[in-house]
Amino acid sequence: MKSAMTIVNYDPRLVQSKNPYPKGPNDWKRFFSFNTDAKVIGIQYIVTALFFLLIGGLLAMLIRGELITPPSDLFDPTVYNGLYTMHGTIMLFLFLFPILSGLTNLLVPPMIGAPDMAFPKLNALAFWLVPVFSIILLLSFFVPGGPASSGWWSYPPISIQNPLGKMINGEMLWIIAISLSGISSIIGAVNFVTTIIRMRAPGMGFFKMPIFIWTVLAAQLLQLLGLPALTGGAIMLFFDLTFGTSFFRIEGGGDPVLFQHFFWFYSHPAVYVMVLPVFGIFSELFPVYSRKPLFGYKFVAVASFGITILSLVVWVHHMFYTGTPMWMRNLFMFTTMLIAVPTGVKVFAWIATLWGGNIRLTTPMLFCLGGLFNFIFGGITGVMLATVPVDIHVGNTYFVVAHFHYIIFNTIAFGIFAGIYHWFPKFTGKMFYEGLGKVHFALTFIGATLNWLPLHWAGLLGMPRRVASYDPEFAIWNVLASIGAFILGVASIPFILNMVSSWVRGKSAPPNPWKAIGLEWLLPSPPPHENFEEDIPTVLNEPYCYGLDKPFVEDEQFYVEKSLKKH
Amino acid sequence: MNTKIRRIKKSGFSKTFIIIFAVILNIILSLLMGYWSYSWLPIQASEAAHYVDNLFAFETTIGTFIFLGCTGTMAWILVFNRAPKYDESNGEPLEGNLKLEIIWTLVPLLLVLGISTYSTSVNYKLENLGSKIKYDYGAEVPFVEEKKVFDYGPIDVISRQWNWEFVYPNGIHSSELHLPVDKKSNFRLITEDVIHSFYVPAFRLKQDIIPGSVITYSLTPTKEGVFRLRDAMFSGAYFSENQTNVIVESEEIFYKWIKETVKKELQNGLNPAGSLYQKRLKNGNRGWATVKPAPDPKVNDAGIKSRPHDS
Repeated sequence: MKSAMTIVNYDPRLVQSKNPYPKGPNDWKRFFSFNTDAKVIGIQYIVTALFFLLIGGLLAMLIRGELITPPSDLFDPTVYNGLYTMHGTIMLFLFLFPILSGLTNLLVPPMIGAPDMAFPKLNALAFWLVPVFSIILLLSFFVPGGPASSGWWSYPPISIQNPLGKMINGEMLWIIAISLSGISSIIGAVNFVTTIIRMRAPGMGFFKMPIFIWTVLAAQLLQLLGLPALTGGAIMLFFDLTFGTSFFRIEGGGDPVLFQHFFWFYSHPAVYVMVLPVFGIFSELFPVYSRKPLFGYKFVAVASFGITILSLVVWVHHMFYTGTPMWMRNLFMFTTMLIAVPTGVKVFAWIATLWGGNIRLTTPMLFCLGGLFNFIFGGITGVMLATVPVDIHVGNTYFVVAHFHYIIFNTIAFGIFAGIYHWFPKFTGKMFYEGLGKVHFALTFIGATLNWLPLHWAGLLGMPRRVASYDPEFAIWNVLASIGAFILGVASIPFILNMVSSWVRGKSAPPNPWKAIGLEWLLPSPPPHENFEEDIPTVLNEPYCYGLDKPFVEDEQFYVEKSLKKH
Repeated sequence: MNTKIRRIKKSGFSKTFIIIFAVILNIILSLLMGYWSYSWLPIQASEAAHYVDNLFAFETTIGTFIFLGCTGTMAWILVFNRAPKYDESNGEPLEGNLKLEIIWTLVPLLLVLGISTYSTSVNYKLENLGSKIKYDYGAEVPFVEEKKVFDYGPIDVISRQWNWEFVYPNGIHSSELHLPVDKKSNFRLITEDVIHSFYVPAFRLKQDIIPGSVITYSLTPTKEGVFRLRDAMFSGAYFSENQTNVIVESEEIFYKWIKETVKKELQNGLNPAGSLYQKRLKNGNRGWATVKPAPDPKVNDAGIKSRPHDS
């Protein structure tokens, strides 16, 4: 009776619709084609993004090589500026956004019991834009004058100075790449939101969705609301640079500060677009590896939307010292501080989930715990930066660089690694090597801490960010940071080794190696094309009922047996 | 699934004792950290520094308490709640606790509102920023009447790619910023090209300088010495060289400097980017594109490039 009532929110046309990809060949070539299978697209995204992680990481090591000594001695300062600009751009737009789209593509359909994404062709289009804009961005290294070198903020007037006066220049290619990336993300967001709202399994009401789905929904709605501002701003910048309009040029009566509003209206929420799915990963993994229900599921779920709404009204905290009037500084300080509340709810809920659990320190759990540890630290420095007087001193210094790397690498990338390890057996059908995974974790944690912890002190003492040379009193912090960066470079070796060798010749994975509760774990590893095919499960209870004797789906045994059969 | 609850049963007394001990230890460590945090910052050389450092120390104390509270709990869990090998049984199936969840929503809410209110009061005490007036491109920089009270000024702070120039009310041009101690000095911040930022770490003050606008700004140095003024907003190729010194002197020495400098002829001032750019041209102009550095400023006091600084 219960299931018959809850079936209402499921769209039965989905099961009846014809398979949109009747002949997806199950070989390696599908990864290089315009494939519309979300699982193929997910892996395409992840592998592409990891490739760019290596390139961005290489640039990072070049930057740290320059900064290991005070004078500017490794590169000409113009080259340094291009390298750090490209490092930031590649890491954000070519690594983090694509890799999260990849994980989302892999996880959303199986987790909600859908056969695929709502718009498979759009999905493939969104992915194939990534190599297009990546190549445009990388080509900018080879145009006369070098790549964009005004930082990933690309503030005018510095970004539209165009020293060589050529029509085709690094900055122009940069803007084109960023706009295409924006378009790709908007297409992706439309797809994810539609899929989550329309294609959930029968019985899966909003408060029975896994937290990862909640966070993806919150993050992708944020993309839809925020990205048009950045993409619009980028197009105006393109016109100013190429056709001499004056949206931001003072020569024609424009205002350079206007761009900062367009930029931060999206680019601050962008951090939440990246961190929310990672919060989702934390919320998925802590219950599995401590074998307990997620503490306060509903609070954690709703907190994601608290973050979404608040993050749209905090952008001016990046502009506390641009001449922003007092009332505006105070207002945006209050809104920024409020974000600590829903975020705190999540952190406390995770710790309460761990409390009294049966903790298993597998590689994904280690990355989660490391990520949470770093996030608590980065969150506290974030609150410090939100207070105007402190921000006026440490804003635009290495304190900010250290803070946002604590969020963007030490939290987000840690969460991504946790997610990759956790779901690796599910989507490749192979187990990874625990030993190599633990080596990867240890090197990453040590390297990341050594890299970014000392830089807080450099910033507090007044070392501005983006400098190619600095006064000798900052040397000690920078030497430590550079050593950390090189350790991080080494950390990529066990990771690549693990991924490649396990996928090629690892032990084959059972359907549910972690004994986890969730729709994706009721599927074979790797799942078939259309996930559950004709037998979509009916969801009965909220997820994470470890030890509660509440079945997640109707007739669970049927799915467990089906998943064990070779397909 | 059978639920196995495996927890070392402690007596209520020892549990309370452990918690009280941990909280006291945490408070002591947090207070110590807040005390140490003053030493992480440069010397306090302006009126603002004292307020900023107090706020920072306050936040460090609270932050340390929360950080150690959370990570200490995590460490406790990792030591005492580890599953033995091959044990795949479940932990205590706690689904939540409404009272606890409301507490950890309300307490942080009150805490951040408290910190924000404290910071707002600091903002009103500092009030360095005056008005920001836009002017047309190419037009003369307008004279802005500063409504706030100040003792000396206005000094024009002119920023360029990549040098600084200071013009005093009596018409002196200088490459270094000389200021009288304990006097509120007033500035007009002007840029001739891109966005720069007027940042003196020892003063704890930073203000962006926006093209097409003139911004008035006031501050009171409280310590004599030589402090670095750094451009803090990325401004292109030789951004990191765009630094100069702030020299805070007693009123007597300051006015003596004014009197002597007025007599000096105009000469080429500090312009580290200029010489670096000449070197680059000599080496075949390798590297990526850059705009040409502004020519050497013509100043009465050329300053000393490698003057030792206090902070």
